[in-house]
Amino acid sequence: MKIYLSQDSAAKALGAEEVAAAIRTEAEARGQEITLVRTGSRGMIWLEPLVEIEREGIRIGYGPMTADGVSGLFDGSAPDLGPVEDIPFFAAQTRLTFARVGRIDPLDLAAYEAEGGLSGLRRALEMTPEAIVEEVKASGLRGRGGAGFPTGIKWDTVRQAEGARKYIVCNADEGDSGTFADRMLIEGDPMALIEGMVIAGLAVGATKGFVYLRSEYPDAIAVLRAAIARAEGAGILGDVMGSGRQFDLEVRVGAGAYVCGEETSLLNSIEGKRAVVRAKPPLPAIEGLFGRPTVVNNVLSLATIPVIFEKGAGHYAGFGLGRSLGTMPIQIAGNVRFGGLFETAFGMPLGRLVEEIAGGTASGRPVKAVQVGGPLGAYLTPGQFDTPFGYEEFDREGALIGHAGIVVFDESADMRAMARFAMEFCAVESCGKCTPCRIGAVRGVEVIDRIGAGDASAVPILRDLCEVMRDGSLCALGGFTPYPVLSALDHFPEEFGQQREAAE
Amino acid sequence: MPKDMPQDMLETLTRLITGQLHLEGPLLPILQAIQAELDHVPEQAIPMIADALNISAAEVHGVMSFYHDFRSAPAGRHIVKICRAEACQAVGGAALADAVLADLGVAWHGTTASGAVTVEPVYCLGLCACGPAAMIDERPVGRIDAAGLKRMIAELDQ
Ligand SMILES: Cc1cc2nc3c(=O)[nH]c(=O)nc-3n(C[C@H](O)[C@H](O)[C@H](O)COP(=O)(O)O)c2cc1C
Ligand code: FES
Repeated sequence: MKIYLSQDSAAKALGAEEVAAAIRTEAEARGQEITLVRTGSRGMIWLEPLVEIEREGIRIGYGPMTADGVSGLFDGSAPDLGPVEDIPFFAAQTRLTFARVGRIDPLDLAAYEAEGGLSGLRRALEMTPEAIVEEVKASGLRGRGGAGFPTGIKWDTVRQAEGARKYIVCNADEGDSGTFADRMLIEGDPMALIEGMVIAGLAVGATKGFVYLRSEYPDAIAVLRAAIARAEGAGILGDVMGSGRQFDLEVRVGAGAYVCGEETSLLNSIEGKRAVVRAKPPLPAIEGLFGRPTVVNNVLSLATIPVIFEKGAGHYAGFGLGRSLGTMPIQIAGNVRFGGLFETAFGMPLGRLVEEIAGGTASGRPVKAVQVGGPLGAYLTPGQFDTPFGYEEFDREGALIGHAGIVVFDESADMRAMARFAMEFCAVESCGKCTPCRIGAVRGVEVIDRIGAGDASAVPILRDLCEVMRDGSLCALGGFTPYPVLSALDHFPEEFGQQREAAE
Repeated sequence: MPKDMPQDMLETLTRLITGQLHLEGPLLPILQAIQAELDHVPEQAIPMIADALNISAAEVHGVMSFYHDFRSAPAGRHIVKICRAEACQAVGGAALADAVLADLGVAWHGTTASGAVTVEPVYCLGLCACGPAAMIDERPVGRIDAAGLKRMIAELDQ
């Protein structure tokens, strides 16, 4: 019997290790031969720990499984979910970046290759650096870390920059609340990230890569380190597939600072400095790590590269909407019935994601607000649910998609408290280099407390302060904290002691 | 070199520092290696690191104090991180944290009188689809309530 069980940290957090132990014990007690394959997560977190048993080549799901329920898997009494890939949440997805996640043992290179892995790299090895960059441009891929900058253009700048040594830096700091796609990808298909970074190295002439991975992700760190060792052993890293071109990769672990997700702060951190933000220019593409030309890309940007080369830029660009091309691994979190990772072409309306895909709130109470794009993202209300999921479309709503985390709140949410939290978080995490962020966030907490104490005259001060932070901060930490604060204020003025405007 | 340091501590620190010197940008890996082995970064390590990297002790201090992860004094035997971020708040994370802190009689960053547990706030563990989330040492915990987390904490060291 072939059994699959996720070892993703969300599955572990819900008891996957206990289930794995019970499966082994039960099989032994029954004297039954089993193969237990530990995979990444399918992303249906409400079903974790999700056990899958292969029957006539089809994987049937059982979940959420408990240690006590395991005997039912063996005697056939456990209720099943049918074929896992037919579960509506899964069947409705377009999985390109996450095609293998949840299907394979993340360290099994043979399984990786059998499911399309390395074909992108083989193709790229036949191409010139210019042609590689052109392919990425043609795919329409934009940075998945938040800013949405076209990846091909960034690579071209680094390709053309002079430098005896160049670097590829993967930003795996993933600090945004409500996001976990980088973690799931690294835990579930680390080879895709490695392959993407090697291709980036070929494109720009870089021979060394770093993955800056946050310390809050011990499982991901362990999986990625093991994967790098495998890739070295298999000749994917080092002398790349015997091509005579070199690429080495190293994991650097963060030290618990949100601002390290900002790319220049991240570079300072790798260099062993205080992770303060650098003024731009110079761009990291010109003067990045140790002053050398450096590509800094998010995990998802880099892990999407292999499928672009495997299936062709045209295939990838065939998905999406407007200038948001391809697919986005959307992370659905907070107070929802069906939380998890949902990869889909850009363009799906926010309301469909929240009401249909996520199934509304877990509490069963009406949705009050959703925060999209992490702690620096705006709160949107059901009135904005027809907004299609895309960079420009959200921008027009005064919102951002960021790293594509959607956090749902029901009507019990206290929006003034959420606005206060946004300021408090900014104060805790500010790197301290610029005044609007360092001081502004502290004052922001105080002003919101004044409003909370009934001083309505403090509302204009809060608006003023937000303007100063937005216009005067060096990076988006101080610059975007006003998004959640002002959106909470604008949508829920009565919670700040204000009258609601008659026509909203 | 600090004079009052026991020889074995000196040797340990020397080993942990020199073990990372081949890296590009070795300072964070050095601090992490020391903390991983000694649970904190002792004051005596600072001038040694500064020496090895040819930078000032103030600079080492500055870097160490910048990052939330580094400690200059030992923590409890176990570290419990409770997520304070938005997605966990949406499912009752704040009430969970309040209840656990009250039960243990500590504030954030505090260590229980028995020295068993230090409670740290964390802003997202990537377990946002199964909040409220926590991490006990390196073990992820999801969809936990106050009673459940208190029980898990009580079972530590047993
Ligand atoms: C405060 C702050 C935090 C950030 N955190 C992250 C992060 O955790 N991961 C990430 O990829 N980008 C993060 N970014 C964006 C990066 O600065 C940068 O735009 C990104 O890594 C570039 O990669 P991409 O083009 O592939 O998106 C953050 C930016 C700011 C201002
Ligand atoms: S917000 Fe708590 S784990 Fe992400």
